[in-house]
Amino acid sequence: MSWLVFALIFWLAAWGCNIALANSRMGSSTAARIVIPVIFGATILVIWEGLVRGFGISPAILPAPSAVGQTFVNSTDLLIEDVRQTVLKGALRGYLIGAVAAFVVAILIDRSPFLTRGLLPIGNFVAALPIVGIAPILVNWFGFDWQSKAAVVVVMVFFPILVNTVQGLREADTMQRDLMKTYAASYGQTLIKLRIPAAMPFVFNGLKVAATLALIGAIVAEYFGSPTRGMGFRISTGVGNLSIDLVWAEIAVAAVAGTTMYGLVAWIEKRVTYWHPSQRGRAKS
Amino acid sequence: MMRNLIPVLTVLIGIVAIWYLAVAPMNIRVSLDQAERAGLQVTPERAVERRDVSSWVLLANNFEHAGAGYSLDRPRLPTPQQVGQELWKTTGAMVMKGRTWSKRSLIYHGWITLRSTFWGFLLGTSIGIALSIAIVYSRVAEMSLMPWAIISQAVPIVALAPMIIVLSSQIGVDGRGFPKALISAYLCFFPVLVGMVKGLRSPQAEQLDLLKTYNATGFETFLKLRLPASVPFLFTSLKVGIAAALVGAIVGELPTGAISGLGARILIGDQFGNPLAIWSALFAAAILAGVLVTLLDRTQAVLLRQMGMRS
Repeated sequence: MSWLVFALIFWLAAWGCNIALANSRMGSSTAARIVIPVIFGATILVIWEGLVRGFGISPAILPAPSAVGQTFVNSTDLLIEDVRQTVLKGALRGYLIGAVAAFVVAILIDRSPFLTRGLLPIGNFVAALPIVGIAPILVNWFGFDWQSKAAVVVVMVFFPILVNTVQGLREADTMQRDLMKTYAASYGQTLIKLRIPAAMPFVFNGLKVAATLALIGAIVAEYFGSPTRGMGFRISTGVGNLSIDLVWAEIAVAAVAGTTMYGLVAWIEKRVTYWHPSQRGRAKS
Repeated sequence: MMRNLIPVLTVLIGIVAIWYLAVAPMNIRVSLDQAERAGLQVTPERAVERRDVSSWVLLANNFEHAGAGYSLDRPRLPTPQQVGQELWKTTGAMVMKGRTWSKRSLIYHGWITLRSTFWGFLLGTSIGIALSIAIVYSRVAEMSLMPWAIISQAVPIVALAPMIIVLSSQIGVDGRGFPKALISAYLCFFPVLVGMVKGLRSPQAEQLDLLKTYNATGFETFLKLRLPASVPFLFTSLKVGIAAALVGAIVGELPTGAISGLGARILIGDQFGNPLAIWSALFAAAILAGVLVTLLDRTQAVLLRQMGMRS
Protein backbone atom coordinates (compact mmCIF):
# COMPACT_ATOMS: atom_id res chain seq x y z
CA MET A 1 0.00 0.00 0.00
CA SER A 2 2.81 2.38 0.91
CA TRP A 3 4.18 1.90 -2.61
CA LEU A 4 0.90 3.05 -4.13
CA VAL A 5 0.79 6.13 -1.89
CA PHE A 6 4.38 6.96 -2.73
CA ALA A 7 3.67 6.64 -6.46
CA LEU A 8 0.67 8.95 -6.15
CA ILE A 9 2.63 11.58 -4.22
CA PHE A 10 5.50 11.39 -6.69
CA TRP A 11 3.06 11.85 -9.58
CA LEU A 12 1.52 14.99 -8.10
CA ALA A 13 4.92 16.44 -7.18
CA ALA A 14 6.34 15.77 -10.66
CA TRP A 15 3.27 17.30 -12.29
CA GLY A 16 3.57 20.48 -10.24
CA CYS A 17 7.30 20.58 -10.90
CA ASN A 18 6.77 20.36 -14.67
CA ILE A 19 4.15 23.12 -14.70
CA ALA A 20 6.41 25.37 -12.68
CA LEU A 21 9.38 24.61 -14.94
CA ALA A 22 7.52 25.20 -18.21
CA ASN A 23 6.06 28.50 -17.07
CA SER A 24 9.22 29.79 -15.48
CA ARG A 25 11.77 31.99 -17.23
CA MET A 26 13.82 28.88 -17.97
CA GLY A 27 10.81 27.41 -19.82
CA SER A 28 12.21 27.69 -23.33
CA SER A 29 15.80 26.71 -22.56
CA THR A 30 17.30 23.53 -23.92
CA ALA A 31 17.68 22.16 -20.41
CA ALA A 32 13.94 22.46 -19.77
CA ARG A 33 13.20 20.77 -23.09
CA ILE A 34 15.13 17.75 -21.88
CA VAL A 35 14.27 17.81 -18.18
CA ILE A 36 10.49 18.06 -18.57
CA PRO A 37 9.96 14.93 -20.71
CA VAL A 38 12.46 13.09 -18.52
CA ILE A 39 10.45 13.94 -15.40
CA PHE A 40 7.26 12.86 -17.20
CA GLY A 41 8.85 9.56 -18.20
CA ALA A 42 10.23 8.98 -14.72
CA THR A 43 6.75 9.55 -13.29
CA ILE A 44 5.33 6.80 -15.48
CA LEU A 45 8.10 4.44 -14.40
CA VAL A 46 7.52 5.22 -10.71
CA ILE A 47 3.76 4.66 -11.09
CA TRP A 48 4.46 1.38 -12.94
CA GLU A 49 6.88 0.25 -10.23
CA GLY A 50 4.41 1.29 -7.55
CA LEU A 51 1.54 -0.60 -9.16
CA VAL A 52 3.59 -3.76 -9.68
CA ARG A 53 4.87 -3.76 -6.10
CA GLY A 54 1.64 -2.48 -4.55
CA PHE A 55 -0.52 -5.17 -6.14
CA GLY A 56 2.20 -7.85 -6.13
CA ILE A 57 1.87 -8.54 -9.86
CA SER A 58 3.72 -11.67 -11.02
CA PRO A 59 6.90 -10.92 -13.03
CA ALA A 60 5.64 -13.39 -15.67
CA ILE A 61 2.83 -10.92 -16.46
CA LEU A 62 4.38 -7.51 -15.91
CA PRO A 63 7.90 -7.13 -14.50
CA ALA A 64 8.79 -3.99 -12.54
CA PRO A 65 11.03 -1.43 -14.32
CA SER A 66 13.78 -2.14 -11.80
CA ALA A 67 13.79 -5.83 -12.80
CA VAL A 68 13.89 -4.85 -16.48
CA GLY A 69 16.80 -2.52 -15.78
CA GLN A 70 18.65 -5.34 -14.02
CA THR A 71 18.20 -7.63 -17.04
CA PHE A 72 19.21 -4.79 -19.36
CA VAL A 73 22.54 -4.33 -17.56
CA ASN A 74 23.18 -8.08 -17.35
CA SER A 75 22.65 -8.81 -21.05
CA THR A 76 24.26 -5.84 -22.77
CA ASP A 77 26.29 -7.98 -25.20
CA LEU A 78 23.19 -9.81 -26.34
CA LEU A 79 21.32 -6.54 -26.87
CA ILE A 80 24.14 -4.96 -28.87
CA GLU A 81 24.30 -8.01 -31.12
CA ASP A 82 20.53 -7.77 -31.71
CA VAL A 83 20.73 -4.05 -32.52
CA ARG A 84 23.45 -4.71 -35.05
CA GLN A 85 21.37 -7.42 -36.73
CA THR A 86 17.95 -5.75 -36.72
CA VAL A 87 18.57 -2.01 -36.76
CA LEU A 88 21.85 -1.52 -38.59
CA LYS A 89 21.56 -4.39 -41.06
CA GLY A 90 17.81 -4.75 -41.56
CA ALA A 91 16.03 -1.49 -40.82
CA LEU A 92 18.65 1.13 -41.69
CA ARG A 93 19.76 -0.35 -45.02
CA GLY A 94 16.16 -0.95 -46.05
CA TYR A 95 15.21 2.59 -45.05
CA LEU A 96 18.02 4.20 -47.05
CA ILE A 97 17.41 2.08 -50.14
CA GLY A 98 13.66 2.67 -49.96
CA ALA A 99 13.96 6.44 -49.37
CA VAL A 100 16.43 7.04 -52.20
CA ALA A 101 14.43 4.86 -54.59
CA ALA A 102 11.17 6.62 -53.72
CA PHE A 103 12.69 10.09 -54.14
CA VAL A 104 14.23 9.24 -57.52
CA VAL A 105 11.04 7.60 -58.79
CA ALA A 106 8.98 10.59 -57.62
CA ILE A 107 11.15 13.04 -59.57
CA LEU A 108 11.11 10.78 -62.63
CA ILE A 109 7.36 10.31 -62.77
CA ASP A 110 6.83 13.99 -62.04
CA ARG A 111 8.12 14.81 -65.54
CA SER A 112 5.22 12.93 -67.11
CA PRO A 113 1.78 14.20 -66.08
CA PHE A 114 0.33 11.00 -67.52
CA LEU A 115 2.43 8.77 -65.26
CA THR A 116 1.81 11.02 -62.26
CA ARG A 117 -1.93 10.77 -62.75
CA GLY A 118 -1.61 7.03 -63.15
CA LEU A 119 0.82 6.30 -60.33
CA LEU A 120 -0.37 8.72 -57.65
CA PRO A 121 -3.72 6.99 -56.97
CA ILE A 122 -2.01 3.60 -57.05
CA GLY A 123 0.84 4.79 -54.82
CA ASN A 124 -1.66 6.33 -52.42
CA PHE A 125 -3.54 3.06 -52.36
CA VAL A 126 -0.47 0.92 -51.79
CA ALA A 127 0.81 3.29 -49.08
CA ALA A 128 -2.42 2.59 -47.23
CA LEU A 129 -2.09 -1.19 -47.43
CA PRO A 130 -1.07 -3.38 -44.50
CA ILE A 131 2.25 -4.15 -46.19
CA VAL A 132 3.67 -5.95 -43.12
CA GLY A 133 1.57 -8.87 -44.33
CA ILE A 134 4.06 -9.57 -47.11
CA ALA A 135 6.73 -10.34 -44.50
CA PRO A 136 6.21 -14.15 -44.68
CA ILE A 137 6.39 -14.03 -48.49
CA LEU A 138 9.60 -11.97 -48.58
CA VAL A 139 11.23 -14.13 -45.88
CA ASN A 140 10.40 -17.10 -48.11
CA TRP A 141 12.02 -15.38 -51.11
CA PHE A 142 15.12 -13.77 -49.62
CA GLY A 143 16.03 -16.23 -46.88
CA PHE A 144 16.28 -15.81 -43.11
CA ASP A 145 19.12 -13.29 -42.88
CA TRP A 146 18.95 -9.48 -42.96
CA GLN A 147 18.26 -9.27 -46.71
CA SER A 148 14.65 -10.33 -46.29
CA LYS A 149 14.20 -7.82 -43.42
CA ALA A 150 15.67 -5.01 -45.52
CA ALA A 151 13.36 -6.03 -48.38
CA VAL A 152 10.29 -5.76 -46.14
CA VAL A 153 11.48 -2.35 -44.94
CA VAL A 154 12.11 -1.13 -48.52
CA VAL A 155 8.57 -2.03 -49.57
CA MET A 156 7.09 -0.51 -46.41
CA VAL A 157 8.87 2.86 -46.61
CA PHE A 158 8.81 3.28 -50.41
CA PHE A 159 5.20 4.28 -50.92
CA PRO A 160 4.69 6.76 -48.05
CA ILE A 161 7.80 8.66 -49.19
CA LEU A 162 6.85 8.43 -52.88
CA VAL A 163 3.33 9.75 -52.34
CA ASN A 164 4.49 12.58 -50.09
CA THR A 165 7.24 13.63 -52.50
CA VAL A 166 4.97 13.64 -55.55
CA GLN A 167 2.38 15.63 -53.61
CA GLY A 168 5.05 18.01 -52.37
CA LEU A 169 6.37 18.62 -55.88
CA ARG A 170 2.93 19.99 -56.82
CA GLU A 171 2.99 22.31 -53.81
CA ALA A 172 4.63 25.35 -55.44
CA ASP A 173 1.69 27.58 -56.44
CA THR A 174 0.98 29.17 -59.81
CA MET A 175 2.32 32.58 -58.82
CA GLN A 176 5.67 31.14 -57.86
CA ARG A 177 5.87 29.04 -61.01
CA ASP A 178 4.97 32.07 -63.12
CA LEU A 179 7.72 34.03 -61.44
CA MET A 180 10.23 31.32 -62.37
CA LYS A 181 8.92 31.45 -65.91
CA THR A 182 9.46 35.23 -66.10
CA TYR A 183 13.04 34.55 -64.99
CA ALA A 184 13.28 32.19 -68.01
CA ALA A 185 14.19 29.34 -65.65
CA SER A 186 14.60 25.92 -67.23
CA TYR A 187 12.78 22.81 -65.97
CA GLY A 188 15.84 21.76 -63.97
CA GLN A 189 16.28 25.18 -62.40
CA THR A 190 12.62 25.41 -61.41
CA LEU A 191 12.86 21.93 -59.94
CA ILE A 192 15.98 22.58 -57.87
CA LYS A 193 15.35 26.17 -56.82
CA LEU A 194 11.60 26.16 -56.30
CA ARG A 195 9.82 22.84 -56.40
CA ILE A 196 12.13 20.57 -54.41
CA PRO A 197 12.54 23.11 -51.57
CA ALA A 198 8.76 23.65 -51.57
CA ALA A 199 8.27 19.89 -51.41
CA MET A 200 10.59 19.41 -48.43
CA PRO A 201 7.96 19.69 -45.63
CA PHE A 202 6.01 16.93 -47.37
CA VAL A 203 9.09 14.81 -48.04
CA PHE A 204 10.06 14.99 -44.39
CA ASN A 205 6.53 14.14 -43.35
CA GLY A 206 6.92 10.94 -45.36
CA LEU A 207 10.44 10.32 -44.07
CA LYS A 208 9.27 10.64 -40.45
CA VAL A 209 6.37 8.25 -40.91
CA ALA A 210 8.72 5.83 -42.68
CA ALA A 211 11.31 6.05 -39.89
CA THR A 212 8.87 4.56 -37.41
CA LEU A 213 7.63 1.99 -39.94
CA ALA A 214 11.13 0.75 -40.73
CA LEU A 215 11.79 -0.72 -37.30
CA ILE A 216 8.36 -2.32 -37.07
CA GLY A 217 8.91 -3.93 -40.47
CA ALA A 218 12.33 -5.30 -39.56
CA ILE A 219 11.05 -6.74 -36.27
CA VAL A 220 7.85 -8.26 -37.69
CA ALA A 221 9.84 -9.90 -40.49
CA GLU A 222 11.95 -11.65 -37.84
CA TYR A 223 8.86 -13.35 -36.45
CA PHE A 224 8.63 -15.34 -39.67
CA GLY A 225 12.15 -16.68 -39.54
CA SER A 226 15.57 -15.26 -38.64
CA PRO A 227 19.03 -16.37 -37.61
CA THR A 228 19.30 -16.92 -33.84
CA ARG A 229 19.84 -13.23 -33.17
CA GLY A 230 17.87 -10.05 -33.72
CA MET A 231 15.31 -8.18 -31.68
CA GLY A 232 12.24 -9.83 -33.20
CA PHE A 233 13.74 -13.27 -32.66
CA ARG A 234 14.57 -12.47 -29.02
CA ILE A 235 11.11 -11.06 -28.36
CA SER A 236 9.23 -13.99 -29.87
CA THR A 237 11.32 -16.59 -28.04
CA GLY A 238 11.20 -14.48 -24.85
CA VAL A 239 7.40 -14.45 -24.84
CA GLY A 240 7.50 -18.21 -25.42
CA ASN A 241 9.70 -19.10 -22.45
CA LEU A 242 8.34 -16.39 -20.13
CA SER A 243 11.54 -14.31 -19.85
CA ILE A 244 9.33 -11.24 -20.04
CA ASP A 245 11.97 -8.99 -18.46
CA LEU A 246 14.30 -9.62 -21.42
CA VAL A 247 11.43 -8.82 -23.78
CA TRP A 248 10.89 -5.48 -22.04
CA ALA A 249 14.62 -4.77 -22.21
CA GLU A 250 14.46 -5.40 -25.99
CA ILE A 251 11.43 -3.12 -26.24
CA ALA A 252 13.38 -0.39 -24.44
CA VAL A 253 16.30 -0.83 -26.85
CA ALA A 254 13.90 -0.73 -29.81
CA ALA A 255 12.38 2.47 -28.45
CA VAL A 256 15.81 4.09 -28.16
CA ALA A 257 16.84 2.95 -31.65
CA GLY A 258 13.59 4.14 -33.23
CA THR A 259 13.74 7.47 -31.44
CA THR A 260 17.30 8.03 -32.58
CA MET A 261 16.27 7.41 -36.17
CA TYR A 262 13.25 9.71 -35.88
CA GLY A 263 15.26 12.34 -34.05
CA LEU A 264 17.90 12.36 -36.77
CA VAL A 265 15.28 12.89 -39.48
CA ALA A 266 13.59 15.65 -37.43
CA TRP A 267 16.95 17.33 -36.83
CA ILE A 268 17.69 17.39 -40.55
CA GLU A 269 14.16 18.64 -41.23
CA LYS A 270 14.64 21.60 -38.93
CA ARG A 271 17.74 22.61 -40.84
CA VAL A 272 16.17 22.14 -44.27
CA THR A 273 12.67 23.58 -43.74
CA TYR A 274 13.46 26.42 -41.33
CA TRP A 275 11.32 28.73 -43.49
CA HIS A 276 8.06 26.78 -43.03
CA PRO A 277 5.47 28.39 -40.68
CA SER A 278 5.26 25.26 -38.52
CA GLN A 279 9.01 25.45 -37.82
CA ARG A 280 9.16 29.24 -37.48
CA GLY A 281 6.37 29.35 -34.95
CA ARG A 282 8.19 26.92 -32.71
CA ALA A 283 11.54 28.68 -32.95
CA LYS A 284 10.03 31.98 -31.79
CA SER A 285 8.23 30.78 -28.68
CA MET B 1 -11.90 10.92 -61.34
CA MET B 2 -12.62 9.95 -64.96
CA ARG B 3 -9.63 11.98 -66.11
CA ASN B 4 -7.36 9.66 -64.16
CA LEU B 5 -8.98 6.44 -65.34
CA ILE B 6 -6.89 5.84 -68.46
CA PRO B 7 -3.49 6.60 -66.83
CA VAL B 8 -4.35 4.44 -63.82
CA LEU B 9 -5.48 1.58 -66.04
CA THR B 10 -2.30 1.85 -68.13
CA VAL B 11 -0.10 1.65 -65.04
CA LEU B 12 -2.18 -1.23 -63.67
CA ILE B 13 -1.88 -3.18 -66.93
CA GLY B 14 1.88 -2.54 -66.82
CA ILE B 15 2.09 -3.91 -63.26
CA VAL B 16 0.06 -7.02 -64.11
CA ALA B 17 2.22 -7.62 -67.22
CA ILE B 18 5.43 -7.40 -65.15
CA TRP B 19 3.85 -9.69 -62.58
CA TYR B 20 3.03 -12.32 -65.23
CA LEU B 21 6.56 -12.10 -66.65
CA ALA B 22 8.08 -12.44 -63.16
CA VAL B 23 6.16 -15.66 -62.45
CA ALA B 24 8.31 -17.72 -64.84
CA PRO B 25 11.75 -17.00 -63.26
CA MET B 26 10.31 -16.99 -59.72
CA ASN B 27 8.70 -20.41 -60.06
CA ILE B 28 11.22 -22.09 -62.35
CA ARG B 29 12.90 -24.05 -59.54
CA VAL B 30 9.65 -25.44 -58.19
CA SER B 31 8.38 -26.39 -61.64
CA LEU B 32 11.72 -28.04 -62.51
CA ASP B 33 11.58 -30.06 -59.28
CA GLN B 34 8.12 -31.25 -60.27
CA ALA B 35 9.24 -32.04 -63.82
CA GLU B 36 12.18 -34.02 -62.45
CA ARG B 37 9.89 -36.03 -60.19
CA ALA B 38 7.62 -36.72 -63.17
CA GLY B 39 10.65 -38.19 -65.00
CA LEU B 40 11.03 -35.44 -67.60
CA GLN B 41 14.30 -34.20 -69.05
CA VAL B 42 15.71 -31.27 -67.01
CA THR B 43 19.12 -29.52 -67.19
CA PRO B 44 20.97 -29.71 -64.81
CA GLU B 45 19.38 -32.97 -63.79
CA ARG B 46 19.63 -32.95 -59.97
CA ALA B 47 18.09 -30.45 -57.56
CA VAL B 48 21.42 -30.12 -55.71
CA GLU B 49 23.17 -29.02 -58.92
CA ARG B 50 20.37 -26.60 -59.76
CA ARG B 51 20.76 -24.83 -56.44
CA ASP B 52 23.92 -23.00 -57.56
CA VAL B 53 22.56 -21.99 -60.98
CA SER B 54 20.74 -18.65 -61.29
CA SER B 55 17.03 -18.63 -62.11
CA TRP B 56 17.66 -16.90 -65.44
CA VAL B 57 20.05 -19.59 -66.65
CA LEU B 58 17.62 -22.29 -65.55
CA LEU B 59 14.85 -20.49 -67.40
CA ALA B 60 16.91 -20.24 -70.61
CA ASN B 61 17.94 -23.92 -70.49
CA ASN B 62 14.52 -25.32 -69.61
CA PHE B 63 12.20 -22.98 -71.41
CA GLU B 64 9.70 -25.76 -72.19
CA HIS B 65 9.02 -26.25 -68.45
CA ALA B 66 8.44 -22.54 -67.69
CA GLY B 67 4.75 -22.90 -68.53
CA ALA B 68 4.26 -25.30 -65.63
CA GLY B 69 5.19 -22.43 -63.27
CA TYR B 70 1.88 -20.77 -64.09
CA SER B 71 -0.30 -23.51 -62.62
CA LEU B 72 1.50 -24.74 -59.50
CA ASP B 73 -0.42 -25.66 -56.36
CA ARG B 74 2.12 -24.04 -54.05
CA PRO B 75 3.94 -21.43 -56.15
CA ARG B 76 6.59 -19.04 -54.83
CA LEU B 77 4.79 -16.33 -56.77
CA PRO B 78 1.22 -17.12 -57.81
CA THR B 79 -0.19 -15.55 -60.97
CA PRO B 80 -2.75 -12.73 -60.64
CA GLN B 81 -5.27 -15.15 -62.08
CA GLN B 82 -4.62 -17.74 -59.35
CA VAL B 83 -4.95 -15.08 -56.64
CA GLY B 84 -8.16 -13.82 -58.23
CA GLN B 85 -9.63 -17.33 -58.37
CA GLU B 86 -8.71 -18.04 -54.75
CA LEU B 87 -10.20 -14.69 -53.73
CA TRP B 88 -13.43 -15.43 -55.59
CA LYS B 89 -13.58 -18.95 -54.19
CA THR B 90 -13.42 -17.62 -50.62
CA THR B 91 -15.75 -14.63 -51.07
CA GLY B 92 -18.21 -14.46 -53.97
CA ALA B 93 -18.57 -18.20 -54.46
CA MET B 94 -19.22 -18.67 -50.73
CA VAL B 95 -21.92 -15.98 -50.82
CA MET B 96 -23.64 -17.68 -53.76
CA LYS B 97 -23.67 -20.93 -51.84
CA GLY B 98 -25.16 -19.11 -48.85
CA ARG B 99 -22.11 -19.70 -46.67
CA THR B 100 -21.10 -16.04 -46.27
CA TRP B 101 -20.29 -16.43 -42.56
CA SER B 102 -18.54 -19.77 -42.86
CA LYS B 103 -15.16 -20.01 -41.15
CA ARG B 104 -13.52 -20.46 -44.55
CA SER B 105 -14.99 -17.29 -45.99
CA LEU B 106 -12.76 -14.23 -46.22
CA ILE B 107 -15.84 -12.05 -45.72
CA TYR B 108 -16.18 -13.50 -42.22
CA HIS B 109 -12.47 -12.97 -41.48
CA GLY B 110 -12.55 -9.50 -43.01
CA TRP B 111 -15.51 -8.54 -40.83
CA ILE B 112 -13.66 -9.67 -37.68
CA THR B 113 -10.68 -7.52 -38.66
CA LEU B 114 -12.85 -4.58 -39.72
CA ARG B 115 -14.61 -4.47 -36.36
CA SER B 116 -11.34 -4.17 -34.43
CA THR B 117 -10.09 -1.64 -36.97
CA PHE B 118 -13.16 0.53 -36.51
CA TRP B 119 -13.03 0.64 -32.72
CA GLY B 120 -9.28 1.19 -32.78
CA PHE B 121 -9.68 4.01 -35.29
CA LEU B 122 -12.34 5.71 -33.19
CA LEU B 123 -10.27 5.44 -30.03
CA GLY B 124 -6.99 6.41 -31.69
CA THR B 125 -8.45 9.42 -33.51
CA SER B 126 -10.08 10.75 -30.34
CA ILE B 127 -6.84 10.38 -28.41
CA GLY B 128 -4.82 11.96 -31.24
CA ILE B 129 -7.08 15.02 -31.55
CA ALA B 130 -7.33 15.51 -27.78
CA LEU B 131 -3.56 15.30 -27.35
CA SER B 132 -2.89 17.64 -30.27
CA ILE B 133 -5.16 20.32 -28.78
CA ALA B 134 -3.42 19.90 -25.42
CA ILE B 135 -0.03 20.16 -27.11
CA VAL B 136 -0.84 23.27 -29.14
CA TYR B 137 -2.30 25.10 -26.15
CA SER B 138 -0.18 23.93 -23.24
CA ARG B 139 3.57 24.19 -23.13
CA VAL B 140 3.78 21.65 -20.33
CA ALA B 141 1.83 19.14 -22.39
CA GLU B 142 3.94 19.76 -25.48
CA MET B 143 7.23 19.49 -23.66
CA SER B 144 6.32 16.38 -21.69
CA LEU B 145 4.08 14.52 -24.19
CA MET B 146 5.55 15.11 -27.65
CA PRO B 147 8.87 13.29 -27.13
CA TRP B 148 7.04 10.33 -25.60
CA ALA B 149 4.44 10.22 -28.37
CA ILE B 150 7.31 9.86 -30.82
CA ILE B 151 9.03 7.22 -28.69
CA SER B 152 5.75 5.32 -28.36
CA GLN B 153 5.74 4.74 -32.11
CA ALA B 154 9.23 3.32 -32.03
CA VAL B 155 8.10 0.61 -29.62
CA PRO B 156 7.32 -2.49 -31.64
CA ILE B 157 3.66 -2.96 -30.79
CA VAL B 158 3.81 -6.53 -32.08
CA ALA B 159 5.94 -7.40 -29.07
CA LEU B 160 3.46 -5.85 -26.69
CA ALA B 161 0.47 -7.59 -28.28
CA PRO B 162 0.69 -10.90 -26.36
CA MET B 163 1.20 -8.97 -23.13
CA ILE B 164 -1.76 -6.72 -23.81
CA ILE B 165 -3.87 -9.85 -24.23
CA VAL B 166 -2.54 -11.40 -21.01
CA LEU B 167 -3.10 -8.16 -19.10
CA SER B 168 -6.59 -7.53 -20.47
CA SER B 169 -7.70 -11.06 -19.59
CA GLN B 170 -6.28 -10.49 -16.10
CA ILE B 171 -8.37 -7.35 -15.67
CA GLY B 172 -11.36 -9.39 -16.80
CA VAL B 173 -11.86 -8.30 -20.42
CA ASP B 174 -12.55 -11.36 -22.51
CA GLY B 175 -12.17 -11.91 -26.23
CA ARG B 176 -9.55 -10.78 -28.71
CA GLY B 177 -11.48 -7.77 -30.00
CA PHE B 178 -10.44 -5.41 -27.23
CA PRO B 179 -6.65 -5.96 -27.27
CA LYS B 180 -6.68 -5.78 -31.09
CA ALA B 181 -8.55 -2.47 -30.99
CA LEU B 182 -6.05 -1.22 -28.44
CA ILE B 183 -3.16 -2.07 -30.78
CA SER B 184 -5.01 -0.37 -33.66
CA ALA B 185 -5.53 2.76 -31.57
CA TYR B 186 -1.87 2.73 -30.58
CA LEU B 187 -0.73 2.80 -34.22
CA CYS B 188 -3.50 5.14 -35.34
CA PHE B 189 -3.26 8.00 -32.84
CA PHE B 190 0.22 9.12 -33.87
CA PRO B 191 -0.39 10.21 -37.49
CA VAL B 192 -3.53 12.04 -36.31
CA LEU B 193 -1.55 13.72 -33.54
CA VAL B 194 1.29 14.84 -35.82
CA GLY B 195 -1.07 16.03 -38.56
CA MET B 196 -3.32 17.93 -36.16
CA VAL B 197 -0.44 19.67 -34.39
CA LYS B 198 0.84 20.79 -37.78
CA GLY B 199 -2.67 21.77 -38.86
CA LEU B 200 -3.57 23.69 -35.71
CA ARG B 201 -0.27 25.57 -36.04
CA SER B 202 -0.67 26.19 -39.77
CA PRO B 203 -2.36 29.63 -39.50
CA GLN B 204 0.25 32.26 -40.20
CA ALA B 205 1.22 34.91 -37.69
CA GLU B 206 -0.69 37.59 -39.65
CA GLN B 207 -3.90 35.58 -39.50
CA LEU B 208 -3.56 35.14 -35.75
CA ASP B 209 -2.79 38.84 -35.43
CA LEU B 210 -5.90 39.68 -37.45
CA LEU B 211 -8.08 37.71 -35.05
CA LYS B 212 -6.39 39.52 -32.19
CA THR B 213 -7.37 42.86 -33.72
CA TYR B 214 -10.94 41.52 -33.86
CA ASN B 215 -10.62 41.00 -30.10
CA ALA B 216 -11.35 37.28 -30.52
CA THR B 217 -11.06 35.05 -27.46
CA GLY B 218 -8.80 32.06 -27.45
CA PHE B 219 -11.77 29.73 -27.93
CA GLU B 220 -13.07 31.77 -30.88
CA THR B 221 -9.63 31.73 -32.48
CA PHE B 222 -9.61 27.98 -32.09
CA LEU B 223 -13.09 27.51 -33.53
CA LYS B 224 -12.90 29.99 -36.40
CA LEU B 225 -9.27 29.86 -37.46
CA ARG B 226 -7.21 27.00 -36.08
CA LEU B 227 -9.83 24.25 -36.42
CA PRO B 228 -10.91 25.04 -40.00
CA ALA B 229 -7.28 25.52 -41.02
CA SER B 230 -6.45 22.07 -39.66
CA VAL B 231 -9.17 20.19 -41.60
CA PRO B 232 -7.05 19.39 -44.70
CA PHE B 233 -4.28 18.16 -42.40
CA LEU B 234 -6.80 16.19 -40.34
CA PHE B 235 -8.16 14.29 -43.31
CA THR B 236 -4.73 13.54 -44.70
CA SER B 237 -3.87 12.10 -41.28
CA LEU B 238 -7.18 10.26 -40.98
CA LYS B 239 -6.44 8.45 -44.23
CA VAL B 240 -3.06 7.40 -42.86
CA GLY B 241 -4.71 6.66 -39.52
CA ILE B 242 -7.40 4.30 -40.80
CA ALA B 243 -4.75 2.42 -42.78
CA ALA B 244 -2.58 2.24 -39.67
CA ALA B 245 -5.55 1.00 -37.66
CA LEU B 246 -6.05 -1.81 -40.18
CA VAL B 247 -2.35 -2.66 -39.97
CA GLY B 248 -2.72 -2.69 -36.19
CA ALA B 249 -5.67 -5.07 -36.29
CA ILE B 250 -3.81 -7.42 -38.65
CA VAL B 251 -0.56 -7.21 -36.71
CA GLY B 252 -2.56 -7.85 -33.54
CA GLU B 253 -3.66 -11.15 -35.04
CA LEU B 254 -0.20 -12.24 -36.20
CA PRO B 255 1.72 -13.19 -33.05
CA THR B 256 -1.18 -14.07 -30.77
CA GLY B 257 -2.32 -17.33 -32.30
CA ALA B 258 -5.65 -15.85 -33.38
CA ILE B 259 -7.79 -18.15 -35.51
CA SER B 260 -10.11 -15.63 -37.11
CA GLY B 261 -9.29 -12.43 -38.96
CA LEU B 262 -7.23 -11.64 -42.05
CA GLY B 263 -3.96 -11.65 -40.08
CA ALA B 264 -4.77 -15.13 -38.82
CA ARG B 265 -5.29 -16.27 -42.42
CA ILE B 266 -1.81 -14.98 -43.32
CA LEU B 267 -0.30 -16.70 -40.28
CA ILE B 268 -2.06 -20.00 -41.00
CA GLY B 269 -1.11 -19.78 -44.69
CA ASP B 270 2.54 -19.34 -43.68
CA GLN B 271 2.50 -22.20 -41.19
CA PHE B 272 0.84 -24.66 -43.59
CA GLY B 273 2.91 -23.59 -46.61
CA ASN B 274 -0.11 -22.35 -48.53
CA PRO B 275 0.97 -19.22 -50.44
CA LEU B 276 -2.41 -18.80 -52.12
CA ALA B 277 -4.08 -18.31 -48.72
CA ILE B 278 -1.50 -15.62 -47.83
CA TRP B 279 -1.92 -13.80 -51.13
CA SER B 280 -5.70 -13.88 -51.09
CA ALA B 281 -5.80 -12.63 -47.48
CA LEU B 282 -3.36 -9.85 -48.44
CA PHE B 283 -5.54 -8.81 -51.35
CA ALA B 284 -8.65 -8.93 -49.20
CA ALA B 285 -6.88 -6.64 -46.73
CA ALA B 286 -5.86 -4.38 -49.62
CA ILE B 287 -9.44 -4.15 -50.87
CA LEU B 288 -10.65 -3.39 -47.34
CA ALA B 289 -8.02 -0.64 -46.94
CA GLY B 290 -8.93 0.75 -50.36
CA VAL B 291 -12.63 0.98 -49.51
CA LEU B 292 -11.94 2.66 -46.15
CA VAL B 293 -9.47 5.20 -47.55
CA THR B 294 -11.71 5.97 -50.54
CA LEU B 295 -14.63 6.66 -48.23
CA LEU B 296 -12.52 9.16 -46.25
CA ASP B 297 -11.13 10.66 -49.44
CA ARG B 298 -14.61 11.34 -50.85
CA THR B 299 -15.70 12.87 -47.53
CA GLN B 300 -12.64 15.10 -47.60
CA ALA B 301 -13.29 16.28 -51.15
CA VAL B 302 -16.94 17.12 -50.42
CA LEU B 303 -16.15 18.78 -47.09
CA LEU B 304 -13.27 20.89 -48.39
CA ARG B 305 -15.33 22.06 -51.35
CA GLN B 306 -18.10 23.15 -49.01
CA MET B 307 -15.59 24.96 -46.82
CA GLY B 308 -14.29 26.78 -49.89
CA MET B 309 -10.83 25.25 -49.84
CA ARG B 310 -9.18 23.65 -52.79
CA SER B 311 -9.69 19.93 -52.83
